[in-house]
Amino acid sequence: MGSGMEFFIALLGPVLGVMFVALLVASFIALYTLAAVYAERKVSAFIQDRVGPLETGPRGLLQTVADILKLLLKEDIVPRMADKPLWVVAPFVVFSAVFVGYAVMPFGPELVAANLNVGVLFITAFAAFEVAGLLLAGWGSNNKYALYGAVRSVAQVISYEIPAGLAVLSVVLLAGTLNLQEIVLQQGIGASGPRHLFGLPFLPDVSALGGLFTWNVLAYPHLLIAFAIYFIASLAEVNRAPFDIPEAESELVAGYHTEYGGIKFAFFYLAEYGGMLLVGLIGAVLFLGGWHSPLPNLGPVRLADWTTGPIWGIFWLLLKGFAAVFVHMWARWTLPRLRVDQLMYLCWKVLTPFAVAMVVVSAFWASWR
Amino acid sequence: MMAQRGYWANLRTGLRTVWTGLRLTFRHLKQARRRRAPVPIWDPSYFRQPDGQVTIRYPHEAIPVPDTGRYRLHNHIDDCIGCLKCARVCPVDCITIETIKAVEDLGTTSNGQKKRLWIARFDIDMAKCCYCGLCTMVCPTECLTMTKVHDFSEFDRDNMVYHFANLTPEEAEEKRRLAEAAAARPTAPVREGASEKPAAGSGKPAFAPRAVPRGQSAPPGQAGAPATRPAFAPGAVPGPEPEQSGEAEPKAETSSPQAEERKPTPRPFVFKRKES
Repeated sequence: MGSGMEFFIALLGPVLGVMFVALLVASFIALYTLAAVYAERKVSAFIQDRVGPLETGPRGLLQTVADILKLLLKEDIVPRMADKPLWVVAPFVVFSAVFVGYAVMPFGPELVAANLNVGVLFITAFAAFEVAGLLLAGWGSNNKYALYGAVRSVAQVISYEIPAGLAVLSVVLLAGTLNLQEIVLQQGIGASGPRHLFGLPFLPDVSALGGLFTWNVLAYPHLLIAFAIYFIASLAEVNRAPFDIPEAESELVAGYHTEYGGIKFAFFYLAEYGGMLLVGLIGAVLFLGGWHSPLPNLGPVRLADWTTGPIWGIFWLLLKGFAAVFVHMWARWTLPRLRVDQLMYLCWKVLTPFAVAMVVVSAFWASWR
Repeated sequence: MMAQRGYWANLRTGLRTVWTGLRLTFRHLKQARRRRAPVPIWDPSYFRQPDGQVTIRYPHEAIPVPDTGRYRLHNHIDDCIGCLKCARVCPVDCITIETIKAVEDLGTTSNGQKKRLWIARFDIDMAKCCYCGLCTMVCPTECLTMTKVHDFSEFDRDNMVYHFANLTPEEAEEKRRLAEAAAARPTAPVREGASEKPAAGSGKPAFAPRAVPRGQSAPPGQAGAPATRPAFAPGAVPGPEPEQSGEAEPKAETSSPQAEERKPTPRPFVFKRKES
C-alpha cells in the first residue's frame, strides 16, 4: 500500500509538473492573444490614420477583454445540419496543433519543455496537422462557404509547406541536427567549433563574440533568402493576409469558421494568433539566434554574457517572435489578398525554386566546410 | 498578364511594389503619433493637416458648426403670427399648427407685425424634417430659424416632435371659448342650414351656415382672400372656419357634403395639406 502510494506520488509529481507548465504556456497564449488582437487593431488603425479602440478602459486596453467576455458568455450553438462530432472537435484540434508546437520550443538555455532530437520534424508535422482541423471545421459545418474555405486552406497550406520545409531544411543541413535547442546553441557564444563571419574561412572567427554575428542569417548569408522564403511561406501557413483566401471575408463570409461562435470561435482565434507567434518563434530559432542576445561581447564589455540567461532567453526569443508578429500585421494591412492563381504562382514558381537553390547552397556549404 | 511579362521582370516588380507598399504603411504608422486638430472649416489650417490620425473623437470633441448651419429648427413663438406659410411650404408636412383667433390685443412681433392669433399648437416633427430650410425662408417674421444643434437623436420617436406653442391646453381651451363666444355675437341672426343641426350643440354653428349655403354665390367675394393668409382672411368674420370653406370653395360646388362634414368641427383651423 505504502509503496503503491509512493509510486502514485512519484508518478503524479511529473504529471502535475507537466500540467503546470502546459497550463502556464496555455495561459500565456491566451493573454498574448488578447494583447495581440488589441495590438493588431491599433496597428491597423494607425496605418489607416484612425485611432483604434479607445473607449473601453484606458486607451481602449480592455477592449479585447470585453470581446473575450462576450465570446465566453455566448450560447454554444451547434448548427442542426452540422456533422456534430467533427464540428465540435475541430477548433480544439486546430488549437492543439498550434499549442503542441510550443512544447519543443527552446525558450532559454535550460528552458525547453520537450528537448526532442526531432524537434524540427515534430513542429513541422504538427503545423501540417492543423490542416486536418481546418478541414474538419469546414466539412463539419455543412456550409458551402466553410467548406470552400477549408478546401482553399488545405490547398494553400500543403503547397506552402514545401517552400517552408525546404527553407527549414537549408538550416538543418548546416546545423546537422533536428534538435531546436542544438540549433540555437550553435548560434551563440556557447557554440562548439569555429564560426567565421559570413561563413567565410578567411574572415575572423566570431564564436567568442557571440551576439548578432553568430546568428545563422549572418553566419551563412544565403540563409537570409531562406529566411525570407520561410517568412512568406509561414504567412501562408497561418492563413494571414495577403494569403488569407481561406477566410476571404469578402468572398466566403469567414471561411472555415463561418458557423462557429462563442468559445469555439475564440479557440480559432487563439490558434490563429498562437500560430502567428509560433511561426515567428520558429523563424527566430532557425535563423535569428533563438534565445541568444543580439548584443556581442566587445572586449571587456561582455554584453552577450550579461544578456544571456533564462529570463533574458525568454525576453529575447519573445522579442523576436513579437517582431515577427508585428511584421505579419504590417503586411496584412499593406498588401491586398492574392488570387488563387497568384497564390500558386508565388508558391510553385517563385518560392519553391529559390528554396531548392538555398538547399543546394547549404548542402555544398555543409560538405565543404 | 503575369506570364507575358517575363519571370524576372515580374519578380522585380513584385518585390518593388511590396516594398513600396510596406514603406507607405509604415510611414502612416509613424505619423499616427500626430493627429488632426478638430478645427472648423474656416480655420486656415483646415486643409493643411495631411498627416496623422484623422478621426475626430466625436462625443468628446467636435468640429464647430458654422453659424449658417442648417440643423434643428427653432421657433421663437413670441414672434410667430400663425400665418401657416411654413406648414404650407413644407415638402414633407412636418409642421402642424393650430391657431385661435384672439379677441384681445396680442401686440406686435419684434418686427412690427400685428399678432392676431393665439398659437395653440406649433409642432415640428424633426424626424420627418428634410432640412431644406424652405419654412425659414417664407417666414414673414423670421421667427422660424434653423440652428446649429445637430446632435439631438432620441430613443423614442415621439420625442422628435418639438412643441413650440406657449399655451397650455387649459389656456388654449379658454381662448377657444372666448373666440367662439366672440364669433357667436355678430352673426347671431342665424340663417339655419339643415345640415348644421347636429353640430349646433358645439356652439359653433353661427357663421357656418353663411359660408356653406352661399358656397355658390360666395366665390367672387371670397376669391380675393389671399391663400397665404388664411387665418384672418375673412376679416371680421369670426373664427377660421369661413376661411376654410373659402379655400375649399371650388370643391364645395361639386362636393358640398364634404364641406358640411368639416364645418361642424368645433376645432379651430388646422392646416392639412390634402385640402389645398
